[in-house]
Amino acid sequence: MKILVAVKRVIDYNVQIRVKEDGSGVHTDNVKMSTNPPDDNAVEESVKLKESGKIKEIVAISIGEDKAQESIRKALAVGADKGIHVKSDSYIEPLGIAKILKKIVEKEKPDMVFLGKQAIDDDCNQTGQMLAAMLNWPQATFSSKLNIKEKSLEVVREIDEGLETLEINLPAIVTCDLRLNEPRFASLPNIMKAKKKPMEQLNAKDIGVDLSNRIEQLKVEEPPKRKAGIKVASVAELVSKLKNEAKVI
Amino acid sequence: MSREAMEYDVVIVGAGPAGLTTAIKLKQLDPSLNVCILEKGSEVGAHILSGNVFETKALDELLPNWRNENTPIKTKVSKEKFLFLSKNSSLSWPTWLLPTVQKNHKNYIISLANLCRWLAEQAEKLGVEIFPGFPASEVLYNDDDSVKGVATLDMGLDKEGNKKDTYQEGMELHAKVTVFSEGCRGHLGKQLIKKFNLDEGKNPQQYGIGLKEIWEVSEQQHQEGLVMHTAGWPLDSKTYGGSFIYHAENRQIYLGYVIGLDYQNPYLSPFDEFQRFKTHPSIRKMFEGGKRISFGARALIEGGIQSLPKMYMPGALLIGCDAGTLNMPKIKGSHTAMKSGIVAAEAIVENIKNKADLSIYEKKFKDSWAYKELYSARNVKPSFSWGLILGIIFTGIDQILFRGRMPFTLKHKHADHEALKPASQMPKIEYPKPDGKLTFDKTSSVYLTGTNHAENQPVHLRLKDPNLPINYTLKEYDEPAQRYCPVGVYEIQKEKFVINSQNCIHCKTCDIKEPSQNITWVAPEGGGGPKYGNM
Repeated sequence: MKILVAVKRVIDYNVQIRVKEDGSGVHTDNVKMSTNPPDDNAVEESVKLKESGKIKEIVAISIGEDKAQESIRKALAVGADKGIHVKSDSYIEPLGIAKILKKIVEKEKPDMVFLGKQAIDDDCNQTGQMLAAMLNWPQATFSSKLNIKEKSLEVVREIDEGLETLEINLPAIVTCDLRLNEPRFASLPNIMKAKKKPMEQLNAKDIGVDLSNRIEQLKVEEPPKRKAGIKVASVAELVSKLKNEAKVI
Repeated sequence: MSREAMEYDVVIVGAGPAGLTTAIKLKQLDPSLNVCILEKGSEVGAHILSGNVFETKALDELLPNWRNENTPIKTKVSKEKFLFLSKNSSLSWPTWLLPTVQKNHKNYIISLANLCRWLAEQAEKLGVEIFPGFPASEVLYNDDDSVKGVATLDMGLDKEGNKKDTYQEGMELHAKVTVFSEGCRGHLGKQLIKKFNLDEGKNPQQYGIGLKEIWEVSEQQHQEGLVMHTAGWPLDSKTYGGSFIYHAENRQIYLGYVIGLDYQNPYLSPFDEFQRFKTHPSIRKMFEGGKRISFGARALIEGGIQSLPKMYMPGALLIGCDAGTLNMPKIKGSHTAMKSGIVAAEAIVENIKNKADLSIYEKKFKDSWAYKELYSARNVKPSFSWGLILGIIFTGIDQILFRGRMPFTLKHKHADHEALKPASQMPKIEYPKPDGKLTFDKTSSVYLTGTNHAENQPVHLRLKDPNLPINYTLKEYDEPAQRYCPVGVYEIQKEKFVINSQNCIHCKTCDIKEPSQNITWVAPEGGGGPKYGNM
């Protein structure tokens, strides 16, 4: 069996985001970038399945500018076998990304596509679902536990009410939650070996799908600043403030 | 039990200006050499912090064509100012009366982090392997005690040092020559200086702490190319230090404060002195209404040649500020660090090819313009131990009249950690409360550094005696770690000494200033620490 795993290069989660003054977006120059954290979980789970012998091949794909290859190399360094970089210097919405992934799926014919549940930059949480719809494959989103069977997957999902267990037929789409596993570190020798693993390079424009964006972004701005809190001296004071000032009890 | 090992011709520890320069020069001299660089930051530049007004002399030698490339060296210095501050007024010192070493008209205002990123690209093009996120944590020795290489840190250990599921053993990197370029107070460099007695007969090393912020200001407040320095307020005349204000591109101002770590008052807080400095009437107006976008801090070398250790040992070299090549009166170290990297590479090639002794590195460095510079700068810092006024008068005579050629060399008498006086003998300092617009607290500042360390890992700030902070340092010095740490790593909470090591920004001040030398900074898990952008 074969897994296609999608990784996205985003601003590192430790970096404080700075909004551009003209409201057109956020600053990305000289900002530390990393692989989207839940995508690391998707890669880790693929590697675990490969180590258990249930999977033969892992193909890591990233769509974006040249530096997106760093995220692919990282996936190759922890155990993916082959990379595909689809180059695009402009922003593509989840719909466009899903269309590109569909084309790649038709070519690579994986049994499963693993993605992070959402990307921490735009928080869209759409690509996996859209891809499932386009391919007409079953999907399991927010997965925190995964058990592979002969022709199906047993997936535990993190949902508002608690945990939900699904069994879905293969081929299938799985989007991964941070609770799924703890991603491993890439070792030095494996980072070096990863440099020699094959990486196919394509151009988004040549994939043959309509990538035009459908959403007009009006403005990006910082969330309003939170007002400073106050310290209360006693429980009585707290209760009185909740009652009389906040009027919540 | 043997770890996995990789063999290289040269292993370099630290991808700063010195280490990257060595790597580039090595490949220029002999492309067949196998060279790798280990870097503890999550990417090249993430742990680099510097003023920085850049003198291009060493870069001109290393990459003479750099002016035709798309480098991050863009803003030429166009105007200079020097101010003496008293509490409410300022006195502008005419630039023609400044010593030549403090004239910057040929220099550039740059982000050293960005320059390092660019140098890393050049090094990689030449085939150098750079591994960010892999701190060297241990020096390896051959049977004859010569340096064999370094080992990277074991990853995936929990707080108690037990292996987690993600455990991965560190690995050994062996080299014909290992180059240590960790910057000021490198934790391996420190071990090597001790083991090989490299500082024998030298004065104790002198350090400073440099704090820096980047501000975005309005067009009216901005004068691209302006370089400004101040001395005086808020420091008393016994404390060595001053500010830098560099107007860079994109309406940004690089603003910083440097304080000699030989200060005496344990109540002094470098961070709060820096914040207070901004409230001076002639400084405030430059930043009011602007936005602070970055913060960071890093210790720097101030000892000069009196404290410069022997720079070579069997199998290894110390370069840049891991040895201590910063030129203090010039307030610059990048060009001398890079020059030490160039001569180190030349020496290494002669060593590998012709079996030349590594001592030729130190000889070459002492014959270079970089050493001559440091020689004529040598008396400035020690003269300030007589106080600000005498220091300035002496420096004027030494630097303007004699151009650093006075027939004697002043000494550094004490190590910085010996300079602190007991709290009972010193006045408490009340710092004004931050307003959240011009001045800030440590919490909001550490947030801007992007620093992080994986939570469940061994603490990388080690105490030799865990009881000392409460039993001795608190009583005697009111535990100055609470104040000298610029990001509040150390706190006293209910008679307990707390180390918030996840906030550490790797400035090394605690390792230097702790009065009993009780704190040792070691490398944390790879990729930890600040994520500086264009510092």
